[in-house]
Amino acid sequence: MKIILQVWRQKDRNARGKLVRYECPNVSEHMSFLEMLDVLNEDLTTKGEDPVAFEHDCREGICGSCGFMINGVAHGPMPGTTVCQLHMRHFKDGDELYLEPWRAKAFPVLRDLIVDRSAFDRIVAAGGFISVPAGSAPDGNAILVPKDASDRAMDAAQCIGCGACVAACPNASASLFTSAKISHLGLLPQGQPERYERALNMVHQMSVESFGACGNIGECEAVCPKRISIENIARMHRDYMKAAWMVRPEVETGGAG
Amino acid sequence: MKLESRVPAGPIEKKWDNCRFEMKLVNPANKRKYSVIVVGTGLAGGAAAATLGELGYNVHCFCHHDSPRRAHSIAAQGGINAAKNYCNDGDSVYRLFYDTVKGGDFRAREANVYRLAQISVNIIDQCVAQGVPFAREYGGTLANRSFGGAQVSRTFYARGQTGQQLLLGAYQALERQIDAGSVTMYPRREMLDLIIVNGAARGVVTRDMTTGAVDATIADAVVLGTGGYGNVFYLSTNARNSNATAIWRAYKHGAAFGNPCFTQIHPTCIPVSGDYQSKLTLMSESLRNDGRIWVPLKKGDSRPPAQIPEAERDYYLERRYPSFGNLVPRDVASRAAKQACDEGRGVGPGGYGVYLDFAASIHRLGAHTIKERYGNLFEMYDRITGEDPYSVPMRIYPAVHYTMGGLWVDYRLMSTVPGLFVIGEANFSDHGANRLGASALMQGLADGYFVLPYTIGDYLANAKLEKASPDHAGAKQVLAKVDTVTRKMLAIKGKRTVDSFHKALGKLMWEYCGMARNEKGLQFAIGKIAELREEFWKNVNVSGGNEEINQALERGGRVADFLELGELMCRDALERRESCGGHFREEWQTPEGEAQRDDEKFSHAAAWAFQGEGKTPGRLVEPLEFEYVHPSQRSYK
Repeated sequence: MKIILQVWRQKDRNARGKLVRYECPNVSEHMSFLEMLDVLNEDLTTKGEDPVAFEHDCREGICGSCGFMINGVAHGPMPGTTVCQLHMRHFKDGDELYLEPWRAKAFPVLRDLIVDRSAFDRIVAAGGFISVPAGSAPDGNAILVPKDASDRAMDAAQCIGCGACVAACPNASASLFTSAKISHLGLLPQGQPERYERALNMVHQMSVESFGACGNIGECEAVCPKRISIENIARMHRDYMKAAWMVRPEVETGGAG
Repeated sequence: MKLESRVPAGPIEKKWDNCRFEMKLVNPANKRKYSVIVVGTGLAGGAAAATLGELGYNVHCFCHHDSPRRAHSIAAQGGINAAKNYCNDGDSVYRLFYDTVKGGDFRAREANVYRLAQISVNIIDQCVAQGVPFAREYGGTLANRSFGGAQVSRTFYARGQTGQQLLLGAYQALERQIDAGSVTMYPRREMLDLIIVNGAARGVVTRDMTTGAVDATIADAVVLGTGGYGNVFYLSTNARNSNATAIWRAYKHGAAFGNPCFTQIHPTCIPVSGDYQSKLTLMSESLRNDGRIWVPLKKGDSRPPAQIPEAERDYYLERRYPSFGNLVPRDVASRAAKQACDEGRGVGPGGYGVYLDFAASIHRLGAHTIKERYGNLFEMYDRITGEDPYSVPMRIYPAVHYTMGGLWVDYRLMSTVPGLFVIGEANFSDHGANRLGASALMQGLADGYFVLPYTIGDYLANAKLEKASPDHAGAKQVLAKVDTVTRKMLAIKGKRTVDSFHKALGKLMWEYCGMARNEKGLQFAIGKIAELREEFWKNVNVSGGNEEINQALERGGRVADFLELGELMCRDALERRESCGGHFREEWQTPEGEAQRDDEKFSHAAAWAFQGEGKTPGRLVEPLEFEYVHPSQRSYK
């Protein structure tokens, strides 16, 4: 089949970008979306033009590297699917598709469809962890974890950090991403000691990075390739509220040492 | 150059203890005076960087991804082994050690494998404490399942995303250290060369993949956790950007390359569908717990699977290996699939596929249980092939998955270059000639959390290093060399794309250095690869410039290295005149078609030493002694 692409081309962070039209004449239904772009790039290179830059790595939907908007929808039309796992059998001959990078103030475009998502790393660095140095852990079965808690933690922990939630949100909020980590760790007994400080610090960092606030619209959940539930955002807000009342400054005397 | 394994004295269960006691320590207050470079942020690199940071070292950590969370460890599906014996089924450290040495077809260093089995239990504890949401039983205890090459259940898992959860655990520990200031993280930087000062590894040259700026970073030691080189085959289950550049350039500075021909071909991957194919997708080995592998009994039977009656199916693994059945090790399962297809009994388009059938398990356990165990894998299969594995058997075929070979390291994980440590899949590893399922995650984390952080301390405490800076003559020379090569590649502006060379190399490697190898084929491939390499440097077309994001340039450098490494792999396969594990030389097989080792001549690890551009590398040998697990013909019957 033939697919027509309108691709956002932008040389670097400061350049002006524009949509450029390309034709892909021989697309097989078994190709993945990125394989179609591979073929386009081989053609462009042979013709002496610059290939389209897009981020990708595992091509199994787990590394979170890939992602762009297809006709205004993050990762394209298939629910629960990253763009690397999106196959061309879901499109039809003659379709015209607009490919654009994630758009958010906190995700500046670096080139074509590649954006800078390092803000996500800084949100995790602000508290998305359990402080347990190597060697200091008790036996794996010493703390029993109810199956339900582990299962729900796993649901939240599946987030691949691709950024689709931010791109889909009219406020460019990172709430789904941030809340998934807060829920994952907060649901487990191991995550309790730092639970409220974690919520406070991660939410704070989210606003430092210029992400917007959550308006309960739900676009994030709709496009999330791992189907992370918006319920996590409610959970984050509860933890944050509680934290705002509860968290006290460190003991000045040095406490227990 | 000599290979000194530095295996400590004493009985095997005491060796690691003895080693830890003998090693010098760095006083806590002095640790911050030492700086360490860690390249790669997968399970090994990420865990090492985080742990070194916790200990107080000054760490510089590099990765070529936009974030350390994206390393390819994230794609590991099935699980991680540990000798916890939580299932009370007779497991022990010794049994895990035994299974791993035997699974590796007696080509691994016993002392390393024993240490790995010992440490396996600490890894699970560590990961649970970090919040890894492992599968649980209803009572709240950790759940286990079985993997190939073992008759006990010792594999811990987090749905079909164990690698993801373990990597995120390491990544979060790393981010904590970045926030604390002990680790400086450099994402989107690719290591292009190693800096040696007075014979010791002291730094790396990296390229900023956003701006093209090439810089030297200096430290007291360098750790490579840069993963395997399966992408030399073009099509593999590896992520597209996984590459051998860091280890290959270290090899050229004197780090010997151990067992390059030991490649793991994973039996259960989704078959190739067309020329445009960019990668192959693994279907976890855990599926073999509940899936049965079969092909039609008759050649060329093209009926849909549901119409082939039981009596006309050949469950060849259950038939040939009754005691392990569908759970034989990967090398054995892959070869058996190839044999069935070579006999003309393969299924699907092209005839290169076998069925992995869940009908019996769904009947026995119900679709719900199967969904709970493998839901995301079934969904992924459906997404890629457009077929529903709950109603039609999966079609699978072997694909390149892992490389047991890598830079040679001693017991303390140091390469033949002093101060250059190599961890995880990047080293020649503890897996011998074949890795058992769920052991890669174990080894990566063992190296990163619990081995390297101690052994590097001993090196730093003993090494008398002079002050070095990026202005050092050695560093400047390497920087200039990197710049020259980049300019040269950009100036060619030939007719063939980087990918076209990569695909051609991959085809040669798969054909002649893949699941079955022979003398004539390997010699042919060595000649062809040299021709391809020559053409590359005359006719490659790398568009764009250096001072920008240029993915063609990134791939160009990696493919240039694969074109050299591929030849070394063939050379190693040629010289190893025996079959063992994943290395199957057609000339050496038992009457039943199993791998035939030659322990008299080849009970050793081979490590190749670079002798200069265009020169044949030297083959060094580390003899392997088996004091505990007596080498025998590996049998899974």
